[in-house]
Amino acid sequence: MLANHPRLRMVGRRLAQIVPVIVLATFIVFGLLKLVPGDVAATLAGEYATDERVAQIRVAYGLDQPFLVQYWHWLWNAAHLDLSRSFMSNEPVLDQILHRFPTTLLLVFCALLISLSVGVPLGILAATRVGSRVDVAVTSIASFGVALPSFWLAMILVATFSLSLGWFPATGAVRWSVDPRLAVWYAVLPAVALAAGGMAEVVRQLRSALIEVLASQYVRTLYAKGLSPTAILWKHGLKNVAVTLLTVIGLLTSRLLGGAVVIEAVFAIPGMGSMVVRAAIVKDFPVVQGVVFAMVILVIAINMVIDVLYTLVDPRVALK
Amino acid sequence: MNPDETLLAVDGLGITFVNGNTRVEATSDIGFAIAPGERVGIVGESGCGKTITGLSLLGLLPPATTIVAGTAMFEGENLIGLPMSRMRHVRGRKISMIFQEPMSALDPVFTIGQQIGETIRTHFSATKAEARERAVAALESVGIPSPERVHDSYPHQLSGGMRQRAMIAIALVCEPRLLIADEPTTALDVTIQAQIIDLLLAQSARSGTALLFITHDLGVVAETCTRMLTMYAGEIVEDAPVDSALVRPRHPYTSGLLRSLPRLSARGAVLPSIAGRVPDLRDMPRGCRFAERCGHRRAECAQAQVLEEADGHRVRCWRQSELVLPGALTEREAAA
Ligand SMILES: Nc1ncnc2c1ncn2[C@@H]1O[C@H](COP(=O)(O)OP(=O)(O)O)[C@@H](O)[C@H]1O
Ligand code: SF4
Ligand SMILES: [Mg+2]
Repeated sequence: MLANHPRLRMVGRRLAQIVPVIVLATFIVFGLLKLVPGDVAATLAGEYATDERVAQIRVAYGLDQPFLVQYWHWLWNAAHLDLSRSFMSNEPVLDQILHRFPTTLLLVFCALLISLSVGVPLGILAATRVGSRVDVAVTSIASFGVALPSFWLAMILVATFSLSLGWFPATGAVRWSVDPRLAVWYAVLPAVALAAGGMAEVVRQLRSALIEVLASQYVRTLYAKGLSPTAILWKHGLKNVAVTLLTVIGLLTSRLLGGAVVIEAVFAIPGMGSMVVRAAIVKDFPVVQGVVFAMVILVIAINMVIDVLYTLVDPRVALK
Repeated sequence: MNPDETLLAVDGLGITFVNGNTRVEATSDIGFAIAPGERVGIVGESGCGKTITGLSLLGLLPPATTIVAGTAMFEGENLIGLPMSRMRHVRGRKISMIFQEPMSALDPVFTIGQQIGETIRTHFSATKAEARERAVAALESVGIPSPERVHDSYPHQLSGGMRQRAMIAIALVCEPRLLIADEPTTALDVTIQAQIIDLLLAQSARSGTALLFITHDLGVVAETCTRMLTMYAGEIVEDAPVDSALVRPRHPYTSGLLRSLPRLSARGAVLPSIAGRVPDLRDMPRGCRFAERCGHRRAECAQAQVLEEADGHRVRCWRQSELVLPGALTEREAAA
């Protein structure tokens, strides 16, 4: 009976869709890395190695194999949860990812929280006062936020709040498992820098969705029934824009994960982003592939949760 | 009319839309009265100002861009300019309104039961269980066969006719004194239209709720109402008892509307609708607004007019006393 539950079936169908997405994404990344000039075997062998030594290393790491064979090996192992070892450190990639993942996740989570907790109230404020000075101000801030490069904002934040005022640390991160309060304290500035664009996006989307709802005919009916503007906004308005909000959260999470790469580099945070950047520079294939693999799974998992939530907030979304 | 018998008295109602520096007077000098339990129809071509007249009575026009002049006395209060806090006790409780599109008029993410229940709980103190009981009873009273199921359904799960019934149940659940029905059947199938009209008549008769029936369909008014207001280009041009207006309308526009009505026209002769176009709101003639389309026009028609009363009709026409205009029925047909 449980297997027939529509929500479970939906999850099952989604899981079946994951496999081709993972294969495609990792294949493309693998191919792109191959196109980057430079010989990883030569790098691994060191500056003064003989040609012979380089050739040995190439064989040892399987780099002499045809492209497709190399990719197939990686995929086969990944399917068995073996993400192989880093060329550079020789550590298992999975261990590295698991070690750094919480740091990135904390950063993205804080940024998401900031985007929503600032963006949602501002969006509501603007939508309920269309054309007023408040609306104009909020809309301008949002347009500015969308266009603002996050690394630039990051530098301004560091200059102001850590170098001048000394309120927050300028670089680095503390692992959640070591000290949660310190971890959040370290995450504040990078999360704010990361969140600005997302917050602006939340404001814009929520504002336009709520304006449309408040101008709808069913809202006119609610007024005609004698409901208070408060009840109309907070009960009916918000439930009707919840779908938009969910969509925005889904897109935002992917966007924040991508943006974390830049922000981690700026703040020297030892997360997945900085790890993948360093690995890509030295063509450490297993690490790059491993991180892409983990990111794809994460994004798909988030979207799956959001799809389930859709069915809870919008009765029109059929559980097919 | 005897003031004791008046439920709603509208006088000098005019609606002006403000857009930047431009002002457009969409309706002017609308005046009529409705007695308790009376059924009054407002007819007129699309765009003549029927809907906004209905909305203005409940203060539902966008306040930032609308100026409403005149008075609408209802139970000792002027509805025009009534503060929001007082207007909320009128809306849905004393005066309800239903709309053309039952799908877009219902909130898609709440069940029918929630939407009736919140109306009850806005105007009365009731527990959730009591509200549910009343909501189910209201759904049953509008002829919904399985009220319990519909109570827990979402609007998209119902047919158009069922949605409009649900809408009527919401509007009538607090037993208002007046129901404003704005084209409630226009979006529905013909067979369903008749059912909804019968339902509105039955409900009005049962609870003594007066009906202000807005429509562009004169046939519906002929079936439903006791009195009809003909609107043209933002003005009332005729206010008359339906029986009398069907046989002998006093305004050439009313006559034209009646004669272009296929269902009622004598001997099945389908007449073309009235030729010509409604004047632009921004460029209204000073005299009779219908003059450009009127076959009885004379030079005097260019002078400004007022509604004049004669034989129970109030008519805005310079020549009403001399013209004898055809209606939809002859005297003989009407008697039959
Ligand atoms: N919010 C508004 N702003 C400006 N003009 C409006 C607004 N609502 C209605 N109008 C105009 O008022 C006139 C009457 O509209 P309406 O009452 O909807 O006509 P109908 O008789 O078809 O119900 C139309 O010309 C319409 O364009
Ligand atoms: S006033 Fe003149 S133009 Fe206007 S409806 Fe009467 S006869 Fe026609
Ligand atoms: Mg209308």
